[in-house]
Amino acid sequence: MKYTEEHEWLREEDGFIVVGITEHAAEQLGDVVFLELPDEGKEVSKDDEVVVIESVKAASDILAPIDGEIVEVNEALADDPGKVNEDPLGDAWFFKMKAADPSQMDDMMDEAGYKKFVG
Amino acid sequence: MSDLHTTPLNALHRDLGAKMVPFAGYDMPVQFKPGVMKEHLHCRAEAGLFDVSHMGQVIVRHEGGFAAAARAMEALVPVNVLGLGEMRQRYAFFTNENGGIMDDLMIANRGDHLFIVVNAACKEQDIAHMRANLAGCEVEEITNRALLAVQGPKAEYVLETLVPGVAAMRFMDVDITSSDWGELWISRSGYTGEDGYEISVPAEHARALAEALLAHDAVAPIGLGARDSLRLEAGLCLYGHDIDTTTSPVEARLTWAIQKVRRNGGDREGGFPGARRILTEMQDGANRARVGLRPEGRAPMREGTELFAETEGGAPIGRVTSGAFGPTIEAPMSMGYVPTNLSEPGTRLFGEVRGKRQPVVVTELPFTPANFKR
Repeated sequence: MKYTEEHEWLREEDGFIVVGITEHAAEQLGDVVFLELPDEGKEVSKDDEVVVIESVKAASDILAPIDGEIVEVNEALADDPGKVNEDPLGDAWFFKMKAADPSQMDDMMDEAGYKKFVG
Repeated sequence: MSDLHTTPLNALHRDLGAKMVPFAGYDMPVQFKPGVMKEHLHCRAEAGLFDVSHMGQVIVRHEGGFAAAARAMEALVPVNVLGLGEMRQRYAFFTNENGGIMDDLMIANRGDHLFIVVNAACKEQDIAHMRANLAGCEVEEITNRALLAVQGPKAEYVLETLVPGVAAMRFMDVDITSSDWGELWISRSGYTGEDGYEISVPAEHARALAEALLAHDAVAPIGLGARDSLRLEAGLCLYGHDIDTTTSPVEARLTWAIQKVRRNGGDREGGFPGARRILTEMQDGANRARVGLRPEGRAPMREGTELFAETEGGAPIGRVTSGAFGPTIEAPMSMGYVPTNLSEPGTRLFGEVRGKRQPVVVTELPFTPANFKR
């Protein structure tokens, strides 16, 4: 698992990169009530706004952590956004990407690094 | 931190694990551990405890007793204060010369004086306004008391176990009663759309009373986050958002709070700031109206969202003044102002969210039915 300073996690699965947000991020957001996911097949660049996430408090954007193609989105999550708070590291993944340049993940934090980052 | 005021329950909030935020100059709990959604639902199903000690508590006295104080107050609010029964309270608002709203408040008739509760953010200004303009009155700010609210279907049962007699109170009754926590000033009211009470308690007893309430399984502490979604579902205005100095009571659809006696043809017609505009609008209608709005999609339309009549082109016709997700209705909800000719329930408008116009339907308020004990 890799982590970004934007509080996203990235996990490699069957050659694709699965992306979600961390428990820390979910807790900071509060109860999630709405998600707008990107279209499958969309080509994105690192730091593009790809997901809109609305909690009881405010709207925030989730950024693409790397360049690549969105190959699958978690449609079930749009129907049940509260999952983001219940299981952020598991069921509540947001999308899967085909990485254009996997080396973009090399400098990301590992779990110990992320734990230190959020203090 | 150090420049923020604290309420007598500040340490309790921290002990309960609250997330604290600055609000109206006070260090206040925005949520507790369960979070806004669960707190909201708990209040509607059982009972919630709110710290509203940041609000201003004020006593207004006149040598001539209640009637004289009430007459003086009627010069500042378009409300029938004189006709308020003993130990009864009602909703009111201070108006300005332009017919806008300076603040909304509660006024109680406590026999020989008025007891008033005003919004935290406005209290200094309100007190200065009353001191300057309440002829012959003494205006005393009460600073040695906390104000708690216990709200929800189990509020009556819970408070009755601690303060016997409160179950007999009706909506908007007020009472002064002695208790294990000193003299309590209780009203059967609140701002959630639920039955419940607001309890003014001596500051030194506030924590003990809050803990006695929380000792009941039915009672959970509720932060400002859920207080906001509860009042919005109940269709209640938040001052500084849904009403302010630019909105008249007629535009805000608060004319129910202006009793007949203060309207055209009433015995004490007018005589409050902005009466000309307000009474004219009551007769001829206002150009815009505060309405409930239900987005058709799931995305909340928050404060500031511009409203349009068409899917494309045209200038904004209105604006959202409060918007959130309603945990009880399980859907987004908003309030805002629209032109009167577009204010009929069922009218379909469009709110611009992240550059896209999303359909939204004008709806009757409240979003959830009120559960007051009348």
